[in-house]
Amino acid sequence: MSPALLIARRELRGYLRTMTGWIIAASVLLIDGLLFNAFALEGARRSTEVLTRFFYFASGPTMVAAIFLAMRLLAEERQLGTLALLYASPVRDRDIVLGKFLGALAFLSGVTLATVYMPLLILVHGHISVGHLLAGYLGLLLLGAASLGLGTLGSSLARNQILAAIIGAALLVSMLLTWLLASVTEPPFSALFAAIALHNAHFPSFQAGQVHLRDVAYYLLVTWVALFATTRVLEARRWR
Amino acid sequence: MIQVEQLSKYYGARAAIRNLSFRIDSGEVVGFLGLNGAGKTTTLRILGSVLLPTSGTVRLDGQDIFTAPRQLKARIGFLPEVPPLYEDMGVGEYLAFVAGLRGVDPARIRTRVGETEERTGLAALDAEPISTLSHGYRQRVGVAQALVHSPEVLLLDEPANGLDPVQNVEMRSLIRSLRGDHTVLVSSHILPEIAQTCDRLLVVRDGELVAQGTETELEERLGVGTGVELEIAGPIEAVATALRALAGVRGVTVRPVAGGRAVLRVDAPDTLRPALAQAAVAAGAQLFRLDVSADRLESLFLRLAGRGAAA
Repeated sequence: MSPALLIARRELRGYLRTMTGWIIAASVLLIDGLLFNAFALEGARRSTEVLTRFFYFASGPTMVAAIFLAMRLLAEERQLGTLALLYASPVRDRDIVLGKFLGALAFLSGVTLATVYMPLLILVHGHISVGHLLAGYLGLLLLGAASLGLGTLGSSLARNQILAAIIGAALLVSMLLTWLLASVTEPPFSALFAAIALHNAHFPSFQAGQVHLRDVAYYLLVTWVALFATTRVLEARRWR
Repeated sequence: MIQVEQLSKYYGARAAIRNLSFRIDSGEVVGFLGLNGAGKTTTLRILGSVLLPTSGTVRLDGQDIFTAPRQLKARIGFLPEVPPLYEDMGVGEYLAFVAGLRGVDPARIRTRVGETEERTGLAALDAEPISTLSHGYRQRVGVAQALVHSPEVLLLDEPANGLDPVQNVEMRSLIRSLRGDHTVLVSSHILPEIAQTCDRLLVVRDGELVAQGTETELEERLGVGTGVELEIAGPIEAVATALRALAGVRGVTVRPVAGGRAVLRVDAPDTLRPALAQAAVAAGAQLFRLDVSADRLESLFLRLAGRGAAA
C-alpha cells in the first residue's frame, strides 16, 4: 500500500475511533434533517424543487463539517509531535498531505452519503431523476473536498486545532464572499471575483442537477491549489 | 558510517548549533552529551531528517541525506524527545503502521512487529491501546517504532527521559543490546547514565562540539581528579593507612556512614581498583562496595558541558 493510502487509512480509523468524528457526523445528519424538514419540504413544491433545495441546504453543513474535520489533520500532529514520525519516514510531504486529505474526505463522503435517505423519501412520495441525485451529491462532494482542502491548509498553518479551525473558516468564508467584491469592483476584477466564488458561482448548477465541466474543474483546482500550498507549508516547516 | 561536517542551524540570529563536525563508525554506540539547550535535540532532528540545517552536510555511507533518495531515510530510525505516538492506536497496530511507512515488505510486517515487541519487552501489550500505557512503556513503544524497520542507524533523543530507576536500568540494558546490530547515537544530559551505555562520548556546549572520546580519554585530557570509593566496615583507620601506603594513591578521605561503616574516597587512577580491593581486604576490611566516585563523573560533566566551562 502506498504511503498516502496508509496515512489515509490511519486517519479514517482515527475519525471512527474518536468522539470527534461521531459528533461531527451526528451534527451534520441532525442539521441536514432539520433543514430538510423545516425548509426544503416547506409549502407545496415539485419533487425536483424539493431536491434542489435539499442540496442547497445540505451544502452549508458539509462545508462546516469539512472545516471541523480538517482542523485536526496537521495541527494535531504538530501538537502531539507525531509530525516528526512522518517527517523521519521515507515519505514525500505531498504524500503526507494527500493521505491526510483522503482520510478526511473518505469520512466526509460517508457522512454526506448518509443523508441519502432524505432524497429517497422524496422519491417515495414523488418523482426525481437519478441524474439529479447523482449531480447533487457530486456537487456536495466536490464542495466538501474544496472546503476540506482549505481546512487542511488552515491546519498546516496553525499550532493548535482551534486556531486551525479559525484559519480554515476564514479562508472558506473569504472564498464564499468574493461575489460581494464583484459588485463593488470594476471589470475585469468584478468578473474574476464573481467567477471564483466558492458557492454562488459553481454550486447552483449541481443542486439543480446539472454537471458542468467548468464547475468540476473549478472545485478540483481549488482543492489542488489548497493541498499544494499545504505541501509547501509542510516543506517550509523543516526549516524552522 | 555517519559523517557530519560543519553543521549549523540558526533560528534567526541565534545559533542552535555551530559548525558541528563528527564521525560515527558502524556498530558504535555513541553518547551525545550536553546540558538542556546545548543543541542535542536540534542535531538529532537534523540527522533524523525532521529539520533542515542552515548549512553543513550529513552523510550516511557517503550519501548526503538531504539530497539522496528518500529511501535512505529507511536506514535511519529516530526516537524524538517526545515519542511520536498515536493515542488511538494499539501498540501492534501502531508499529505495523510505522513499518509500512518505512517501506517494510507487507508480508514481513507482522513478523517484524513481533520481533521488535519481543526485543523491547512489549510482546504482552500488542493489543493494548497506547493511550492506556505508562510513561515507561510509551518510551519503549517510541524505541520500538525507531527499530521496527531494522534501521542501520538509530538516533535516540533522551530515551531515559522521565523514567523511574527500574525503567532506567531496563532502557540502558536495551540500548546496550543494540550494540553491534545498529549504529546508535543517544543523547542525554546525565553523564553517569550515558557513560554506562556508550562506547564514546560527544560533548556539546552552546551548540558547539567541545570534546569527544571515551570517558577515560576525556578525564585524562581534562585532568579531572580521578577517584575511587570503597564502602567498608572493620578497622577503618587501619584500612585507610594501608591504602595511603599504596603506590599511585595521592590521598584518602574517610566519611563515616550508618551501620558502623565508612566510605573511603581514594584519589587514585581507575587502574588501581584491584590493588585497592586487595589492600583493603588484607588490612581487615569487610568490603561492601567499590566504585568510581560519583562526584568524579559530575566533575567531568561540569568541566565539559557546564556553561562558562573551559574544556
